[in-house]
Amino acid sequence: MAKICDSIGMVYSGMGPDFRVLVNSARKAAQKYIQTYMEDPPVRILVKELAGIMQEFTQSGGVRPFGVSLLLAGVDERGPNLYQVDPSGSYFPWKATAIGKNMINSKTFLEKRFNGDMELEDAVHTAILTLKEGIEGQMTEESIDIGIINTISAAESGEAKPIFKRLTKTEIKDYLSNIV
Amino acid sequence: MSIMQYNGSAVVAMTGKNCVAIAADKRLGQRALTVDMGFDKVFPMTNRLYVGLAGLATDVKTLHDRFRMHVNLYKHREERTIAPKTFAHMVSHMLYERRFGPYFVEPVIAGLDDNQQPFICNMDLIGCPNFPNDFVVCGTADENLFGMCESLWEPDLGPEELFETISQALLNAVDRDAMSGWGAIVHILTPDGVITRELKGRMD
Repeated sequence: MAKICDSIGMVYSGMGPDFRVLVNSARKAAQKYIQTYMEDPPVRILVKELAGIMQEFTQSGGVRPFGVSLLLAGVDERGPNLYQVDPSGSYFPWKATAIGKNMINSKTFLEKRFNGDMELEDAVHTAILTLKEGIEGQMTEESIDIGIINTISAAESGEAKPIFKRLTKTEIKDYLSNIV
Repeated sequence: MSIMQYNGSAVVAMTGKNCVAIAADKRLGQRALTVDMGFDKVFPMTNRLYVGLAGLATDVKTLHDRFRMHVNLYKHREERTIAPKTFAHMVSHMLYERRFGPYFVEPVIAGLDDNQQPFICNMDLIGCPNFPNDFVVCGTADENLFGMCESLWEPDLGPEELFETISQALLNAVDRDAMSGWGAIVHILTPDGVITRELKGRMD
């Protein structure tokens, strides 16, 4: 999992090294946008940029397509956004989705469990339950990553904008202890 | 004489209550010789955002074209119109890109944001922005304009009062400046639309 800019985070499923290349491109694109307009890029703009790069790698000579699918989550003037980007360069907006191993089961699970007006705590809880379905063996704070963007607490505490944040090991442990 | 004074200009913008005004003279000269009395220096970027450009006339035209291009590209890319604040930062960025070979232009930006609140901004020729909440001025008559605005402007003016204030400020400022004047144009931006009026000035 990687932070792209203050308001956007990204996770992947697939080849780690390819993801790091895309993180570099995404951060560079975000910084370029911030330098020009002095505001964070809307998620769809960053997604479009990234999808464009991934598409180029399907057609250019001497390179192979990226071996990753991405999920980008962020908040902009339109509210919370979730996008999936595939190696082909196609991208989709979602309310909730999963990528990688067990994604079919996970998506069926989400179809049953997810609804649009969940609180952040419930969303994290549901995400963990979804992940747990497809994990064999014990799930620990060492084996999962969770990132959040809390629009409500940012507005209440008077912060200028919501910030993407990775949960610490202890915070994840707290969520996990509520589950079993 | 600086190249900034070569063609002569006076541009001013003022905030009001849920409205904002931007005005400029119409003279184009070569030093003391007047060439044209119908040279526009204020341009619409969106229907809630105007930019005025004071300085070297050739750069005024070039920058107007470049701003228009970038605003249109932004509109197509992001599927939304550019906000005044965003546009101001874009202009600042475009000017600072030419830090060591600048456009000889001082822009004034006036617009209404999404909440119909007035936004004004001005910059120097390398893009250092100012965001005051009363008025901004620039051009060869800038000192005169400062004086007029300081004495005439007051908070929360309505569209018609604002029109009167900005018109008097501009006309009286350019009458004491040989390099600007020869007619003026005023745009009042309100939530209901833009009111544009041309002013007659002294032609001497």
